[in-house]
Amino acid sequence: MSEFQRENRRRTRRYAIVFACLFLVLLLIFYANVSTGTVALGGDLVSQTILWRIRLPRVCLAMILGGALALSGFLLQTFFENPIAGPYILGISSGAKLTVTLSMLLTLTKLRTTSAAINVVAAFIGALLSTGFILLISKRVQHMASILIGGIMIGYVASAITDFLITFAEDADIVNLHGWSLGSFSGADWTDVRVSLAVVGVTMVLIFAMSKQIGAFRLGEGYARSLGVDVRRFRTILILLSSILSATVTAFAGPISFVGVAAPYIMRRLLRTSEPRVLIPAAFLGGAAFTAACDLLARTLLSPTELNISTVTSLIGAPVVIWMLLQERRR
Amino acid sequence: MREQKNELCWEETRIGDAAWNGASVKEGGALDALRSPAAEMVGAQHMAVRDVTAGYHGKVVLDGLRFEVPRGGILVLIGPNGAGKSTVLKTLSRALLPMQGTVMLDGRDLQRFSGEALAREVAVMLTDRAKPELMTVRDVVSLGRYPYTGRLGRLNAEDEAQVKDAMEAMDVMALRERDFRELSDGQKQRVLLARALAQDPKLLILDEPTGYLDIHYKLQLLRVLRAKAQAGMTIVASLHEIELARLLADQLLTVKDGHAQQIGTAEEIFREEIIAPLYDISAEEFRLLYGRAEDAEARTRL
Repeated sequence: MSEFQRENRRRTRRYAIVFACLFLVLLLIFYANVSTGTVALGGDLVSQTILWRIRLPRVCLAMILGGALALSGFLLQTFFENPIAGPYILGISSGAKLTVTLSMLLTLTKLRTTSAAINVVAAFIGALLSTGFILLISKRVQHMASILIGGIMIGYVASAITDFLITFAEDADIVNLHGWSLGSFSGADWTDVRVSLAVVGVTMVLIFAMSKQIGAFRLGEGYARSLGVDVRRFRTILILLSSILSATVTAFAGPISFVGVAAPYIMRRLLRTSEPRVLIPAAFLGGAAFTAACDLLARTLLSPTELNISTVTSLIGAPVVIWMLLQERRR
Repeated sequence: MREQKNELCWEETRIGDAAWNGASVKEGGALDALRSPAAEMVGAQHMAVRDVTAGYHGKVVLDGLRFEVPRGGILVLIGPNGAGKSTVLKTLSRALLPMQGTVMLDGRDLQRFSGEALAREVAVMLTDRAKPELMTVRDVVSLGRYPYTGRLGRLNAEDEAQVKDAMEAMDVMALRERDFRELSDGQKQRVLLARALAQDPKLLILDEPTGYLDIHYKLQLLRVLRAKAQAGMTIVASLHEIELARLLADQLLTVKDGHAQQIGTAEEIFREEIIAPLYDISAEEFRLLYGRAEDAEARTRL
């Protein structure tokens, strides 16, 4: 058994190094986010307020939701048995965006207020609707490329309807809808952080509890079933959890591209494993670091003007996906 | 080294043959001491297939399945491409529901096992093309231990010992740190066979297990399967190479044109008048490939 032990030790060492680096990078990005901005922070009251009311909640939200996006992507990749699946590419984020826009317009015009809880629920419904369409497509066509194109098209349709709604909504309150609909962490407060932390935290525990089944699913549906996985139940739970995560992200920060694909992929490469009980926490941390770093760039690159978060994540994430395609091609 | 191992195993399997061909295992008396606990029940009915019709989406693929396999028995399905062998195997492993009839395992309806319980009873090797991301050979074989591990799927020393045995049986220990996707088709097949063995099932279901193997590994697989059967593992497989099927099987089942045709021992089935029409080949072609029927006896001795 000595040969296994040596290999086990080598793996454990690699995991330890990767996780240590991840924590370090996360800490650095956190610090950079808090200390960088148009106002240099001192010890005065204004600085305190900026720190506690603006920068801290913003970086916390970016990290929680970035991690959620990575996990959502990881679940979709498991579901479709394809590393390029993700909530943005499959149009799930856009579906959530559409229903959140609808609910915001309705609540703003009728109630003159919006609520985080209503937005999350609306986003969840939208995410499920988009996912439902993708599942319908995947029943008819087996080829993964067709399913991805179907998802992209669903995303376009949902975005078109959203743009239509926003264009024709004239209320002054709705102006900020536009910023949100392109994706941004600006305006994050502690309520957002608390709600998203609760939702994402519970979901993450549930996902971790499924890591054994996810591991068995890596060989495909047939082998998973023969190992005792209730495939239908497993897939349903997978889709529900993934939709909850991408819905939460969209409700608070709008649609954010490529994190769900790039972060799990990079983590798999670094860890050199697809073992879920290692990859789930790693994907979360990687997504958190990636998104917080992109948010830092979004608000500092052209300061004081802010870029949309998706502008930055696309700029970095899209080349990663192209690199992935080239890597896959080699096999 | 290879040679030596081969001969050794082969000797054992011939003894197994004798016991099984003698129909009743109780007569095997002297061998009992050598057997594992599971093997004590060798010969008792393990799987019973009662008037099963196999198919899916409401479409019948194959009907008239009616047979029993004793514990430690080896049943091999033969028949032309598209005859429905895979569909039958899927029905026997519960990947598909039988459209009619019942499959009994140890006297219990197959449908009444929980997923986890069934996974401890039955392991499969499918013809699905598995393309797992970043899994080493050892990772793939380790998945065979899934029904035995705890909530997080961690392997204990016992599990790792089983994984190692399975990898050694299929000669893939040297590949254990390689990425599964980078292997040749034959290597992948051996790894998937090792995975099925690591599951330590009582019933092993193999769909075309020799398809990509070279002749050395085809024979090695036959020996491993023979030895496993002798230790009490029941084996149901489909094979294209009928000459291998004849070497391996205790019972051969022929399937064609949507029906189960004949079932019988290798001697009963491996005849020109049965095999030639089964595969739509002429008597001359059969003789050209497999020689005259009288040579059969000589060939089984290899």
